[in-house]
Amino acid sequence: MKFSKVFKGGMVAAMAMSLVACSSNSTTSAKSTSASAEAFKIGGSGPLSGDAAVYGNAVKNGAELAVKEINAKGKVQLEFKYEDDQADGEKAATAYNTLADWGMQASIGATTSGAGQAVSPLYQQDDIFAITPSGSSPAVIYQNADNESDPYGNVFQMCFTDPNQGVASADYISENKVGTKVGVIYRNDDNYSTGIFNKFKTEAKKLGLDVVAEQGFANGTTDYSVYVKKCKDAGADVVFLPIYYQPASQILAEAKKQGYETKFFGCDGMDGILDMEGFDTSLAEGLYMLTPFSADAEDELTQNFVKNYKEAYGDTPIQFAADAYDCVYAIAQALEESGVRASDATSDITAALEKEFTSMTFNGLTGSDVTWNANGEVSKAPKAVVIQNGAYVSAE
Amino acid sequence: MKLVKSLFGPKTRGRSISFALVIVAYIVISILQSAGSIPRMISSLLVPVCCYIVAAIGLNMNVGISGELNLGQAGFMSVGGFSAAITNAVLLNTVSNDFVRLLICIVIGALIAGFVGWLISIPVLKLEGDYLAIVTLAFGQIIMSLMNNLYVGFDADGIHFGFINNTMQLGEGGKMIVSGPMGVTGNKMISTFTVGFILILISLLVVYNIIYSKEGRAIQACRDNKIAAETIGIKVSSTKTLAFVVSSALGGAAGALYMMNYSSVAATKFDFNTSILILVYVVLGGLGNMTGTLISTSVLVLLPEMLRFLSSYRMLVYAIVLIVMMIVTNNEQIKTFFEKFKKQKGVQAHE
Repeated sequence: MKFSKVFKGGMVAAMAMSLVACSSNSTTSAKSTSASAEAFKIGGSGPLSGDAAVYGNAVKNGAELAVKEINAKGKVQLEFKYEDDQADGEKAATAYNTLADWGMQASIGATTSGAGQAVSPLYQQDDIFAITPSGSSPAVIYQNADNESDPYGNVFQMCFTDPNQGVASADYISENKVGTKVGVIYRNDDNYSTGIFNKFKTEAKKLGLDVVAEQGFANGTTDYSVYVKKCKDAGADVVFLPIYYQPASQILAEAKKQGYETKFFGCDGMDGILDMEGFDTSLAEGLYMLTPFSADAEDELTQNFVKNYKEAYGDTPIQFAADAYDCVYAIAQALEESGVRASDATSDITAALEKEFTSMTFNGLTGSDVTWNANGEVSKAPKAVVIQNGAYVSAE
Repeated sequence: MKLVKSLFGPKTRGRSISFALVIVAYIVISILQSAGSIPRMISSLLVPVCCYIVAAIGLNMNVGISGELNLGQAGFMSVGGFSAAITNAVLLNTVSNDFVRLLICIVIGALIAGFVGWLISIPVLKLEGDYLAIVTLAFGQIIMSLMNNLYVGFDADGIHFGFINNTMQLGEGGKMIVSGPMGVTGNKMISTFTVGFILILISLLVVYNIIYSKEGRAIQACRDNKIAAETIGIKVSSTKTLAFVVSSALGGAAGALYMMNYSSVAATKFDFNTSILILVYVVLGGLGNMTGTLISTSVLVLLPEMLRFLSSYRMLVYAIVLIVMMIVTNNEQIKTFFEKFKKQKGVQAHE
């Protein structure tokens, strides 16, 4: 009796869900058929569910917006399909194969590094061009990541690699005289954080910056007082935080508690700290960070993007959306300049894209005069922002 | 006739069904694959399915047959996987045949995971019930943390190990195999569906042979009534060690096969969630029921991927299917219905 009720309820729910799903499915297919037959098939994967869903959804939205705009211009036609990979290598491989079944001809790769390093060999194997918006680990573009040698050749990055962020941070601190005695608090069980820190240390040594304190913490740490105190005792006048924004917010709060007045410097993982729930934004006052994109920038390109994005999706875009938007535009520019057609063989399209990417200059949201080397590494000027009155202001 | 009876007799029918299922599935998939009618999305899932099945069979040995709740199976997969990755990189130039190298990797992965399982079983099996579950959970986490800080490099001088900080200077032509939080990188992908199929057959053979042996009956006696088992002279903790070690070795073999299917796997892949996932396969398939484990693992690994066409609703539908499965498999009416069905068949067989 009881069971049959539950069962019926479950069935009804399942049916309702499948109906909803079908209807949403039909709208997406309608969207894709509206593109002409001569459309290039662009794939991509990222976490649409799970812990890092914010990143994947931002990339999906940013890329879809770009595809819509490019199709409206009419020079190149694109068709876009984005699969969920839950930021997991295994799921990313399945997502990749789903896209391969669909007939993907070029891709914006995987959104996260962990998934990216699992699928890069697949892209190489099938000779499909990919440019990842935010997979920043060197393992995404290099087969031998530790020596940064043996590049895949057809996998490119829109963002800086982690080591390059470390170098750029040290350069910025040294050039702009943010400080001379540097304390570092980093996460020692995280690829992103250790990757940045190791290169930062080497570069800082070269530039004559004095690294007075190195404090590594593990994931799940809740009390940062020891690390902050070590930096304070060592007399660091700038504290480098190559970490994500959640632990950084606690470090900032701890510094205030200890009455430690210093400058803090973060990388792109710090982006989002102002939107964090329950965070006192006055703590972040004067915080420097390297980020390729800030939604408050005054230039026309950013203003238009932010306006259109808000109209379409109802919230302010984060850097992941901007990176994805740039990826699609860069692919479109390369396709247009090379003159390949969607009916050409995929390997021809890949060869053309590789040739264009290593020779062209691209202007986008996340940087102007962007170029790529043959390894797939991006070269663009790092942008630094500083937080003033609760908003990003360009640090220059 | 006698042979057929002994194969399909009521006692060992479960075993025959398991083997038949695996072999038929393998033949059908191989035929479809050679005819080219399997999309790449599905064929890329075949090896992971095999891995999860082997890990789940191993865990079922522990949870179902031995009755000890183990929440750290992913830890053993991790040990097996990482040792296999190191073996693969070291043997890359000396053993050129991929198939042979894969077999060596799996054997070494299983042996090392089995050894670690034996070490862990010494403190763990002195505990019972919830306490045992918590300790296995902790060991799973410890293994993950260790792997997350492990650096292994290989050059002309041999293997170099580092811990927490990567300080090693590799010689000419040297290559990092495991680099801390980045995990295994640049692994040569050599896993095949055929090896996965063979591995499932071997693990079924091992598990069924233990179940129907003297030791197996002793293990089950310890599970059902510890005191009664002790009174007839069975040493409970050492008896359970066998089940625990077999379980961890199979986990290690599964991890090795899994690792060899990807070029890069981070240690965080084998976290608590993966352990729970495998436990879910075992529980839904039925404790101690290997055929059930085969089916539930295949369905639950494939389902979220088959539902991709539902886009954002797929995880919701997956959850609903899980809940419905749990309700259905635990429902008394349905159970008695199947019991009747079984009994009728049993009667016919006796006649």
